[in-house]
Amino acid sequence: MAKTKTVKKAPAKAMAKAAPRTAPKPAAAKAAPAKAVVAKAATSTPTSMAGTSGQGLVRLLEDDGTVQKGKDPNLPEATLLFLYEQMVQVREFDRRMLMLQRQGRIGFYGPILGQEAATVGSVAALESRDWIFPALREGAAAMMRGLSLTEAINQLIGNGADRCKGRQMPCHYTFKEGHYYGMSSVIGTQLSHAVGAAMAARIRGDDVVVLGYLGDGATSANDFHCGMNFAGVYQSPCVLFCQNNQWAISVPISKQSASETLAQKGKAYGMPFVRVDGNDVLAVYTVTQQAAARARRGDGPTFIEAVTYRRLGHSSSDDPTRYRDEAEVKAWEKKDPVDRFRAYLQKRGLWSEAKEVAFKEQIAQRVNDAIAAAEKNGPPADETLVTDVYAHVPQQLKDQLADVLALEGRGVNQGAFPL
Amino acid sequence: MTATQQKAGEAKAGTKVMTMLEAITDAMRTEMRNDDRVVVFGEDVGKKGGVFGATAGLFEEFGEKRCFDTPLSECGIIGTAIGMAVYGIRPIAEIQFLDFIYPAFDQIVSEAAKMRYRSGGEYTCPMVIRSPYGGGIRGGHYHSQSAEAYFCHTPGLKVVIPSTPADAKGLLIASIRDEDPVMFLEPKRIYRHGKGEVPLGEHVVPLGKARIAREGTDVTVLCYGAMVSVCEAAAETAAQAGRSVEIVDLRTLVPLDEATVLESVKKTGRCVVVYEAPKTCGYGAELSALVAEKCIEHLEGPIVRVAGFDTPFPYTLEHLYMPDEKRVLAGIEKTFVW
Repeated sequence: MAKTKTVKKAPAKAMAKAAPRTAPKPAAAKAAPAKAVVAKAATSTPTSMAGTSGQGLVRLLEDDGTVQKGKDPNLPEATLLFLYEQMVQVREFDRRMLMLQRQGRIGFYGPILGQEAATVGSVAALESRDWIFPALREGAAAMMRGLSLTEAINQLIGNGADRCKGRQMPCHYTFKEGHYYGMSSVIGTQLSHAVGAAMAARIRGDDVVVLGYLGDGATSANDFHCGMNFAGVYQSPCVLFCQNNQWAISVPISKQSASETLAQKGKAYGMPFVRVDGNDVLAVYTVTQQAAARARRGDGPTFIEAVTYRRLGHSSSDDPTRYRDEAEVKAWEKKDPVDRFRAYLQKRGLWSEAKEVAFKEQIAQRVNDAIAAAEKNGPPADETLVTDVYAHVPQQLKDQLADVLALEGRGVNQGAFPL
Repeated sequence: MTATQQKAGEAKAGTKVMTMLEAITDAMRTEMRNDDRVVVFGEDVGKKGGVFGATAGLFEEFGEKRCFDTPLSECGIIGTAIGMAVYGIRPIAEIQFLDFIYPAFDQIVSEAAKMRYRSGGEYTCPMVIRSPYGGGIRGGHYHSQSAEAYFCHTPGLKVVIPSTPADAKGLLIASIRDEDPVMFLEPKRIYRHGKGEVPLGEHVVPLGKARIAREGTDVTVLCYGAMVSVCEAAAETAAQAGRSVEIVDLRTLVPLDEATVLESVKKTGRCVVVYEAPKTCGYGAELSALVAEKCIEHLEGPIVRVAGFDTPFPYTLEHLYMPDEKRVLAGIEKTFVW
């Protein structure tokens, strides 16, 4: 393992001051392709937006979609449109899936309404070879990496075409070709997996960065400490991205932590940290890109706190009106990440009402088609009860299945088992 | 001297007389030379070579990149090992004592064990968790426990326990090459106890294959780990009293070699199960149930469990806690006189 490096840091004051001003500059200079922007940002602003001060919130877009003066990262048009379209798509997908759940067509759903910018902006900042270790609300990442909507819905249904073979509750996608990890429901455990995968990538000499997600609730879990500590000690090439959506089911952030910010927890683990407006896709994209560049050049991990808000319940099983004030929800609706970014694109002439209507129709159609295709698939084969427990199915499991299927009047399809 | 013990200098060509500890080191060294994806890490495993010396020399030969110390965090050790395995390298994580594995329990049972299944086979978790376990070293509660049953109860894990130096090497190499997560539990009481001939270089003992440690006709004793030599000593004494004892050394608890177990019990018609963990819900309870379920018609006496007490592990009185030759003999006798 590489020895722990001393993390280069400017004095706290200077950095806090410098951070928001300097970071987007290189990108602003020329509307260069995203890659070049990373490289330039990496070399010219080593301290970037990461700070050592507590509350500073990195923000580029105002609520009305105006860019703060001199802060437009000037991302290429294709990148901007990709970000917007993905945000709109996941919002529509979310809305429809929640409806399917209400109709009893899927069993459960964990919506991300309000957090689209945080997920889409961070995933888009990576290279496709980089790995993603998601938490509950990053399913959009799998779809951005190429998981088809039909495949996503197969997972939500738990049908025979589901990559998980109907073994997990909804929203537990897996997509290895897209380097999207198949998570568990245990909060925070994926953090040290992300750190370990990044350590492995470095051991192998691969130019791969790992993005690990967590929520505000996870910062209280054992695995947060373990993951952060290992990331810091080994200077693991990863970005640890906390979506602070203010609520862990019914527990507000004030009861989750007495820390002034979650971002500052990075300091204790010896890593740069940054607090970003999670509803500002440009800011999220920019800080994540800088963090990834830092990891890629061997300068270790970054901890990002994206301040956002979970506008709906924790899941389809939750009723948030029992524990939180609607006024709070209303206030966050005004900071809507999609509206804010659309206003920005319109100001730049990259989007219009006509485009919006056409695109929404297209997305609605895409989702409809995907639902129809997914609902055609039957349930998983009986044998999937006992396959994939081990690489090879032990005789004991074959016997257990045969005993039960005999009662159902069915036999085991022996050919279904891997040798 | 039992069959597994041998004096130095008696090794055949292509073998070397080693302790179990040396055999374990040799297995890791062999696989690290063989496969550059294999990495070893844990608390104190680097320059110190591990608190028992199991990783001695690996840091020097393979460098810090492949043999490194970790923070004192079992949860972090196993969590990062899972990430590495998922990514595609082959981690061997050492947990200093099995008694300290509980902070990592969630990672093992919720994550490693379920990785293949929950992802429909997309992601797998081929890793080895090595840990010394068991009593007999005056370790008190927290350096003596036998926690194998927790892991055997978790589908997706393999649980391997060697009882001889040669098996320790062969089973560890098989575990490292295995495509699933393996709990490799090392009976530390016999780490340096009996030496045995160990094949040099490549030596693989397949998982899921029990070993007949001693052939007999009157009663089958099922055991594993440090209990095997205790049972061998008891069998020797029983033989003098005219009881022919067959000893089945399970080697791997999961997957269990049911065929060998049942075949032996059917042959002898009697069964004693010996394990040093607490008796209730221990692995021996599963073995007893298996024998009762699958070959009760062959039994000529009760299935007898000889096990540790249903208490925390004691310090001063561990000799009374641990099954010994006398208790195994008494157990054997119970299958004849009841």
